[in-house]
Amino acid sequence: MNKVVADARTAISDVQDGAVLMLGGFGLCGIPENCIAALVEKQVTQLTCISNNAGVDDFGIGLLLKQHQVKKMISSYVGENAEFERQLLSGELEVDLIPQGTLATRCLAAGYGMPAIYTPAGVGTEVAMGKEIRNFNGKDYLMELAFEADFAIVKAWKGDTHGNLIFRATSRNFNPLMAMAGKITIAEVEELVPAGTLDPDAIHTPGIYVNRIFQGVNYEKRIEQRTTRTL
Amino acid sequence: MALNKEQIAQRIARELRDGYYVNLGIGIPTLVANYIPTGMNLVLQSENGLLGMGPFPLTGEEDPDLINAGKQTITTVPGSVFFDSAMSFGMIRAGRVDLTVLGAMEVSQQGDIANWKIPGKMVKGMGGAMDLVASAQNIVVAMMHTNPKGESKLLPACALPLTGKRCVKRVVSDLAVLDIRDDRFHLLERAPGVSVDYIRERTAGELVVPDEVPEIQF
Repeated sequence: MNKVVADARTAISDVQDGAVLMLGGFGLCGIPENCIAALVEKQVTQLTCISNNAGVDDFGIGLLLKQHQVKKMISSYVGENAEFERQLLSGELEVDLIPQGTLATRCLAAGYGMPAIYTPAGVGTEVAMGKEIRNFNGKDYLMELAFEADFAIVKAWKGDTHGNLIFRATSRNFNPLMAMAGKITIAEVEELVPAGTLDPDAIHTPGIYVNRIFQGVNYEKRIEQRTTRTL
Repeated sequence: MALNKEQIAQRIARELRDGYYVNLGIGIPTLVANYIPTGMNLVLQSENGLLGMGPFPLTGEEDPDLINAGKQTITTVPGSVFFDSAMSFGMIRAGRVDLTVLGAMEVSQQGDIANWKIPGKMVKGMGGAMDLVASAQNIVVAMMHTNPKGESKLLPACALPLTGKRCVKRVVSDLAVLDIRDDRFHLLERAPGVSVDYIRERTAGELVVPDEVPEIQF
């Protein structure tokens, strides 16, 4: 039952060129910094990355984009990532933009063993092109398929040796959903504790979904939009 | 005088009601939080996984794990709760959010909205907007009435790729407050000192004007 591996390099050692990855986080909040650094170092290429955003130009998934390690992004928001927008508009990068709730729920479906979901998001827009539409109680819904990913790579606040995970504040976001959805799930945590230490009622992701866990190092936790008020 | 962004937000704040759960989009909608009437009890939802969003933190109290959907550092208020992104859009899809305020590049007289992409030029992505407009019962759009070239953004039909169809009920622009029903814009209020003719000239979609159009009072 011990899922512990030494470090990020070990955890991602079998990620091959062309792999489909899920990467947790919203903006730069709750991203698996250690694993992204290891992927950059490994120089694995032709990746498909399922992640709400693609980081910023010089941090997060932006680091993978800069090195042209990514073939395709599946995201909901490009936002202020200039390199992402440039590669998208120039056609260097394949990009599938999908609604944020659809992205989250397609992860959820995979983790719950359901092949598809129905959602009204995107009906009547280009997102609906080529998709099956069904009408329930007078309203149209798109059929969206559960994701299939070779690896889900997530970041948690605390985890134990069985792979049970607890997230903190809004860094939870997509992490517990993706943790359920990978063929192999890798979790990096700020604090790794022995099984039996965490309150079973407080665990967000049961360890059954997690294959590998390690305690990350040197978290930068960069803030994208530092906004403050004055008294 | 056309309204500035703060005044648009101030006018939209009058749509808030006691007991509401409210989702505020990025940009002008975020400013609405500054004008919640004193004593009104409502809860702000941030779709990255929070109910009970508070004001921006004081300098030195920023928490990188605590941000809003615009990636800004924020705080929580008593009674707040965190959840994952699937539950966040679950409560949106299930119609639990009472009011959604978001920005737009274009709105049509049918209530269609476009706000995520200009083909070949700019792609920001839809983020959570498509989910919100597909499910929210009560959508208010905050926008400029015209683009920088002076062309109307209130149109007979949207030219840009749609975010959602037949979903917008009310628009608050820098010039006017308008309702959308029966496939037409209905002028409700005008910015102080802005004439009905001035608004009519800048509204490309079909506009219904009642006999009396009061000025927005501040």
